[in-house]
This record gives sequence, structure tokens and C-alpha cells, in this order.
Amino acid sequence: MTSAGTPLLEARNCSLRFGGIAALTDVSLRIDKGELVGLIGPNGAGKTSLFNILTGVYRPTDGEVLLEGRPVTGLAPHRINRLGVARTFQNIRLFGSLDVRMNVRTSFIARLRGGLLEVVRRGKKFRSEEREIQEEGRRLLAYFGLEEASILPSRSLPYGDQRRLEIVRALATRPRLLLLDEPAAGMNPTEKEELKQLIARIRAEFGTAILLVEHDMKVVMGICERLVVLDRGSLLATGTPAEVRADPKVIAAYLGEQHGEEES
Amino acid sequence: MFHSSKALIRNPRLALAVGIGIAVLLQLGGGWIDPYTTQVVLFAAINVILAVSLNLVMGETGQFSLCHAAFMAVGAYTSALLTGKALPTLLPHLSWTGSSWASQVFFLPVLLIGGFVAALSGFIVGGPSLRLRGDYLAMVTLGFGEIIRVLLQNANFVGGARGMEGILPATNLFWAVGFAVLTVYTMIALVRSTYGRGFQAVRDDEIAAAAMGIDTTRVKVTAFVIGAFFAGVAGGLYAHAVEFISPEGFNFLRSFEIIVMVILGGLGRPVGVAIAAILITLLNEWLRDLSQYRMVVYALIIILFMILRPAETLRPLLSRVLPGRKSAAS
Ligand SMILES: Nc1ncnc2c1ncn2[C@@H]1O[C@H](COP(=O)(O)OP(=O)(O)O)[C@@H](O)[C@H]1O
Ligand SMILES: [Mg+2]
Repeated sequence: MTSAGTPLLEARNCSLRFGGIAALTDVSLRIDKGELVGLIGPNGAGKTSLFNILTGVYRPTDGEVLLEGRPVTGLAPHRINRLGVARTFQNIRLFGSLDVRMNVRTSFIARLRGGLLEVVRRGKKFRSEEREIQEEGRRLLAYFGLEEASILPSRSLPYGDQRRLEIVRALATRPRLLLLDEPAAGMNPTEKEELKQLIARIRAEFGTAILLVEHDMKVVMGICERLVVLDRGSLLATGTPAEVRADPKVIAAYLGEQHGEEES
Repeated sequence: MFHSSKALIRNPRLALAVGIGIAVLLQLGGGWIDPYTTQVVLFAAINVILAVSLNLVMGETGQFSLCHAAFMAVGAYTSALLTGKALPTLLPHLSWTGSSWASQVFFLPVLLIGGFVAALSGFIVGGPSLRLRGDYLAMVTLGFGEIIRVLLQNANFVGGARGMEGILPATNLFWAVGFAVLTVYTMIALVRSTYGRGFQAVRDDEIAAAAMGIDTTRVKVTAFVIGAFFAGVAGGLYAHAVEFISPEGFNFLRSFEIIVMVILGGLGRPVGVAIAAILITLLNEWLRDLSQYRMVVYALIIILFMILRPAETLRPLLSRVLPGRKSAAS
């Protein structure tokens, strides 16, 4: 299963403790360029915590995070994003007072060339840069079917569209790796089907590697090349969907528990 | 009419030119305006600068700063020292009266230097406390306001608690209205840009903003330093309008007054905040004889406002001030 070359992202023996609680214990993970990896595990397994150490929200208590072989452990979140890692959040975190367009536009701030004075002067350079950004934002929204909604306040969008907008906003930072934290949570079956197509389109169009946290086994099993299973903060299993599904430990810890349970 | 106001909105530089033109006309053709009205207009313009600049920090970026009057004090004392001591000493052969050409020409750099020193103090206060997560800023700025006041009270070379008097009356309608227009323009131009959406993104959700590559500390410090700069300029205009400044004039209540303007103006709406600043200035004039009740009146206005428009008033404030807002990234 291991491929040659430096992985895009690698976590080496990462642990994260909050006081007495061990959110993660000795977790290692690698994601290759363009790969789609599913991250599964019951509630409280540490999936979001893993996202948080990969994106710099928390510094791991132990262990290392490498991006293309370069250590990025504990770097500030905006730096990690600028190095090519973008994410969405389990609890949607859009900029509620900004409209759909402006939510996407914030993703271009990190790449702005002109300075503050240029903004206030509104010179030629400023205007052409704003036009470029506007155009790219518009194209992205159109590509993901949100063009119609572009001047609506983001908090007025239907739930599924809010999730989609969060993905578009993350993509607008031009990531090489996209981390999606339960993007299908709260979606109906039709929306879930659309989400699967959306993920396929992202990979086809942008070649972005994706780490996908998902509770719905049908979604992950159907589209991921490789699964990583977390349980109570530790790595339980990793492999192809078929291998993972057949793993007795996984069945006991996760599939068994999930059986017959309503999605939350 | 409708057409032209739309053109002004679409072309902010045209609006700026028109505004500065009005300031020039007021100065040149305003001889018929009586001194009292002139003073009210100066105060209104100065309050507009103070409120609109605090709005960048509080309204747009969502940072709760309680020392805007202290930045005003830094600008006021710095510029008063320059016009009162430095300039007459360095250039003794020039005439230094309020309307002399020398004081008018040098007034611009004097105001800007006052603004820069205030901005520097803003950087020193805001830099470290804005780096921290959580709401240290309110406490640190409250402390800074007190420190400035106590320092000034004990600084004999600026008159200590008695204050400085006989300041050059260099502020006129041109400078005050001109700077008010320039400040409103700058704030609107800043916010209406890709760069400026960063302030609002940080206000709405700091964790998401950082995850989108925005250096949130830098954004907050930038807003704070720009806010302090314009407060410093306002302080310089104020000192050279009233010709007398004392530490008590820049105490917490003065900061609170500016906060009231920002809240009434609708937090994050520069034009609304400017209008609120003008209304509060007029209210102060009407309450002149009842000045000891001013704070009561402000408190009542705020309470009334919270009852009438609770969402707008409370959301941005409470989400900052109260603990337990969504902080962990999930
Ligand atoms: N900020 C935090 N403070 C304390 N405990 C936390 C924090 N974040 C997560 N945890 C704990 O870490 C464990 C893993 O949580 P999480 O990563 O959210 O799991 P998952 O995303 O898999 O549901 C849980 O026990 C949770 O209570
Ligand atoms: Mg989670």
C-alpha cells in the first residue's frame, strides 16, 4: 500500500492531550498527492482533533506533522493554509454577516499583492487585482452551482448549500490537500449523492488530495481509495474499504456500534 | 440628484473630492457662521473621526477597545507640544498665531505626527494583547487608558493635572471637516475591498478566518493601529480647537462616549456611525447644563437601543465579552 516518494502530508506518532483527556494517542497517517482518504471512527474517536493538529489549531503534545517532508508542527493555522492545506468544519463556520461572494473572497486575502495604501488609493493596480479576484470567485461559485446565491447572506442559505459554500471557500485558497470534516452531516440522501459527485469533480478539476471524515459508511466506502479508522484516540486499522470492512476490530468498535443507530 | 448620489457611492474618490471641496468652501465662505455654531461643527467633525475610527476596531473587526480617548490624548499632547514648544523654538522668527500661515502650513505635519505617535502607542498596547486568544483586549485597554491619564497627571512639563492651556487655535473648519471626510472615506475604502473583508471575517469567526490563510493577529493589530492613528489626529484637532487640554478630558468616560456613538451608529456601518457621532455632539450641546447626567442619558440610550434592536447591538458585543463562545475548532 505504501507508495514511493515523499507523502503530501504525514503525521508521525502524534498525540494530543487536554488535561487528563487523551484525544489522540500515537497516531500516524500519510496522504499522497491527489489521494482520497476516508477517516472514520465513532463519535469522540479524535477525528476532529486530528484535523486540528494537521491544520495548526492545536499543537500536538507529541509527534510531528510534515508537509512534503517539511516539518509544520505547531505552525499557525494561516501559515499551514498558505502551504496548501485547507479545511471545512464539522459545525459550519461561514462568515455569517458576509454574503456568499464575500465569503469566497476572503480566501484571496492571503495572496493579495497590493498593500494597505494601494487599497485606500484605489489605483489601477488595486482595481485590476480586485477584478481578477472577483472573476475567479465568480467562476468557482458558478462551477459549484452557487452563482445564483452569490449576493445572499451566507447564513440564509439552505443547509446543504452552506456546506457546499464552505468547501468552495476552502478550495478558493488553492489547496493541495482538502480536509473535510463530516461534510455530509445533516444532509438528505439526494444531497449526499450530490456531495459524492462534488468530491469527484474537485479531484478531477483541481487534483486536490482529500481527507474525508464521514459517518455514513455508504459514502466513504463508495468513493475512498483508502480508509483510516480511529477509535478512542488511537489508530485502529487502515487499508482499502474492503480490508477495513472485513477487519474484526473495526466491526467490533465501529460498525458494530453503528449498526441500526440513527445518524446524528 | 439620485443619479449623482449613486455616482458618489460608486466612485469613492469623487466623494472624497466633493467632501474636501465642501471643507474648503466652509472655511473660505463660512464667515457668516457664528463662533458657537463653528465650534459645534468642529466638535461634530472631531467626534466623527473618533467614532468612525473606533468603528473599524469594534464594529468591523469585533475587538472591544476601551481606550480610544487615550489615543486621542496621545495625539492631543504630542501636537500641542509641537505647536506650543517645538515649532516656536525651532523657528522663532515666524509668526505663531492660530491663523498665521506658518501655523496653518505646519498644522498638517503636526496632526500627522500626533497620529503616528498615537498609532505607535496603539501598536505597543495592541500588539501583545491581540496576539492572545480570548478577550484580554478589553482589560488591557482599560488599563492603558488609566496609565496614560496617571502619567499625564504627573508629567509637569505638560502641566500635570492642571493641563496645558494657551494652545495655538489652529483648528478651523477646513482641517476638522476635511479630516472627518478623509477618515470616513478611508474607512469605507478599506472595508470595501478584498483586503477589508478580512476585518469582518475575523469578527465573524476568527478560527475560520485563520483556516482561510488570514493572519488574524495582523488584521486585528492593523485595525487597532489605524484606529489609534485617526484618534490621535482627532486629539490634535481637539487640542487646537479648545486651546486647553487636561488628563481628565481623556478619561474612560470619554472613551465610553465614543463607544456609544459606534453602537448607536450600528456597529460596522461607517456612515451610520458618523451620523450617530453628529447626533451625540448635538445632544451634548443640549445637555450642556446637565452635564453631570450625561452618562445616565447615554446609558438610557444604550438600553433603549438594546430593547429596540437587540440583535444588532448585542451580538457583536456579547460574542466578544462573554466567555464560552465557540472557540475550539469543530
Ligand atoms: N478543546 C477540547 N478540550 C477538551 N477536550 C477536547 C477538546 N477537543 C476535543 N476534546 C476531546 O477529545 C476527544 C476527541 O474529540 P473529537 O476529536 O472531537 O472526536 P470526533 O471528531 O472523532 O468525534 C473527545 O473525548 C473530546 O471530548
Ligand atoms: Mg468531530
